[in-house]
Amino acid sequence: MEQKHTISVLVNDQPGVLTRVANLMGQRGFNIDSITVGQSEEKGLSRMIIVTSGDEATVEQIVKQFHKLIDVLKVQQLSSGPMVARELALIKVEATASTRAELNLIIDPFRASVVDVGPNSIVVQVTGDTQKIDALIELLTPYGIKELSRTGVTAISRSASLVKA
Amino acid sequence: MSTDTAMVENKKASMPAMGMGEVVTGSEMLLRCLLLEGVEHVFGYPGGAVLPIYDSLYSSQLKHVLTRHEQGAIHAADGYARATGKPGVVIATSGPGATNLVTGIATAQMDSVPLVCITGNVAQSLIGTDAFQEANITGITLPITKHNYFVRNIEDLPRIIKEAFHIATTGRPGPVLIDIPKDVNTAKAPFYYPESVKLRTYNPTVKPNYMQVDKMLKAIAKAKKPVIVTGGGTVTAGAEQELIEFAEKTNIPVITTLMGLAGFPGTHELCIGMPGMHGCYAANQALLNTDLLINIGARFDDRITMGRTKEFAQNAKIVHIDIDPAEIGKNINPYIPIVGDAKTVLATAIPKVQRADSDEWVAQVKAWNQEQPYRYSKSPEGRLKPQRVVEMIYETTAGNAIVTTDVGQHQMWVAQYYKFSAVRSFLSSGGLGTMGFGFPAAIGAQFAYPDRLVISVSGDGGFQMNLQELAIAAAHNLPVKIVILNNNCLGMVRQWQELFYDNRYSHIDLTESVDFVKLAEAYGIKGLRASTEEQAENVWREALNTNGPVLVEFKVEPGENVFPMVAAGNTLDQMVLGDEE
Ligand SMILES: Cc1ncc(C[n+]2csc(CCOP(=O)(O)OP(=O)(O)O)c2C)c(N)n1
Repeated sequence: MEQKHTISVLVNDQPGVLTRVANLMGQRGFNIDSITVGQSEEKGLSRMIIVTSGDEATVEQIVKQFHKLIDVLKVQQLSSGPMVARELALIKVEATASTRAELNLIIDPFRASVVDVGPNSIVVQVTGDTQKIDALIELLTPYGIKELSRTGVTAISRSASLVKA
Repeated sequence: MSTDTAMVENKKASMPAMGMGEVVTGSEMLLRCLLLEGVEHVFGYPGGAVLPIYDSLYSSQLKHVLTRHEQGAIHAADGYARATGKPGVVIATSGPGATNLVTGIATAQMDSVPLVCITGNVAQSLIGTDAFQEANITGITLPITKHNYFVRNIEDLPRIIKEAFHIATTGRPGPVLIDIPKDVNTAKAPFYYPESVKLRTYNPTVKPNYMQVDKMLKAIAKAKKPVIVTGGGTVTAGAEQELIEFAEKTNIPVITTLMGLAGFPGTHELCIGMPGMHGCYAANQALLNTDLLINIGARFDDRITMGRTKEFAQNAKIVHIDIDPAEIGKNINPYIPIVGDAKTVLATAIPKVQRADSDEWVAQVKAWNQEQPYRYSKSPEGRLKPQRVVEMIYETTAGNAIVTTDVGQHQMWVAQYYKFSAVRSFLSSGGLGTMGFGFPAAIGAQFAYPDRLVISVSGDGGFQMNLQELAIAAAHNLPVKIVILNNNCLGMVRQWQELFYDNRYSHIDLTESVDFVKLAEAYGIKGLRASTEEQAENVWREALNTNGPVLVEFKVEPGENVFPMVAAGNTLDQMVLGDEE
């Protein structure tokens, strides 16, 4: 069954490692929904969070193929257990004097904030899981979205799963 | 694109004989490392970016073989590696030299051959400027190497070389490329060679899980129609002896894939033969009927499953033994997965394994082979049949020669009519299917074994893809026997056009080719030709009695097809046995 999967890959902090990982996905025909990289808890190691879609067998293959990369230390399928996943989006929405108040009412329940105000637009910052950001975008679309930038998902396993492991 | 992890603490490394701590250039370091790795031969081609390396080679003990094309060099290194099990080493310059290696690297990657490929690059100050002869070879080879390196600092060079040999030869072997910019080759530093490799992220599993092995033993005890499928992994692991012991002790018949051909003696009582598209009837029947399939180091290639993985060996429990966990479940989901080195896995299983209740089954398999052996009919006009040539080569060498092939019909006829019995004696591009592979690979094998009989079998198409290496055979007086099965066309393509494109023979005619005998002579090599069976026997005898290289052109029946055949997309029971019927 096609499903979204979140995979965490701990890699050597090297130039080119992201290319290797992305290339492997492309070469084997695996889809990348999003990919983020940043520092990990250990110096010299980076953590990549990859969101992909496919059935269980596909994810199993992805995990095994990642393990074959010489710079990969650890691969975890985060979405198989409890995890926290967050994404950041910056949304530039058209805003006139008359719609501003309305826009504030929309973004408030999302705990989003306005981080820039211009003559004809505002920039909204929102963090949360993918569905929450999708929902906000849907609500803002009628006002006119001029620019949108999303980071892709970063994620971490919940403490409970650590205890289990 | 590089992997220059924390610089090795070189100073802590041990100091073997070769003047450790001495200040040398990058290229001198490189050659010393190669010697310390036990390398004897390197194949290569010089150019601007590797001039420092070639200058150092001038006074090195390493034997360098100058091929006439970088593709020749890498296929030769590959043939050397396949024949010996030791890593092959190739050197090429930046840009066009490096890109000429690409086909050879992909060939080695697909067949898990250990290679260390050294390329030069422009100086780091020029990297990224589209400088003369600059190519991003680490980027280009990213998907076709097991790993690759761009060397930024001379201090990293020895560690990287040590790692490269380790990665190329351990686990599932493969090609590793090291790209060295010119400034690193000319820089100087004290030389220390690390004693061991510390790669936290690379730990291949060699020893199997005992519980899984036990499960396999139990499955064998219950099986009535067990079969072993053996592939290149058995050869790579050097598990030929263990496989014989295992098969004999369990009384399980053995199917050898193309890559597994010399992994189990073709003349053994339990040998069924090759399966798949051009495999034998008995092997495919065995796959259709088996109740326990033990796959040792083969990857369920679509030339065997025909891509119909759901229908493949439907009645069987499948045991899959492979050193590469990613192979398991990639094409077929096994009932018992066993990750480990084939030799170790078999050695673990042998002391405990019981004979299977398989007498009836073994008799059945033999009967299939007798009912439907490989066969061909004589040409009514008395023309030479290509199958006959391969048979003759087999009969006169008793299956002990090292035989290399190109890709095409001749490759399949060699696989069908030559019964390999010596280990590492069949060298062929199985995975990538690279035309132009066979002849340079034979040269590499002959350098490794100057005293063994090495026979290169090519079609008239493939041979012309690397014929320039005739110069090497001549220059080194290599006793390689070069066989061309000349059917005046791209035979395998012709066959597909006949069968699947309504006889529309588009661009396969090679009638206007070179005079191969004169070509050989132009290179100073003896050339012979035969177009009847009788001539064939005579010239082949003469070839075998010639010291030094010989090229023998066999003019064979151009319309001959390879049978049996299962068309791609069909299942193994939809096998066409031949056009004789
Ligand atoms: C480098 C390369 N190009 C193209 C092919 C496709 N191909 C496969 S078999 C074949 C024909 C080979 O003809 P020949 O070398 O004369 O051998 P034959 O089939 O006649 O024995 C071709 C063109 C290939 N395998 N490799």
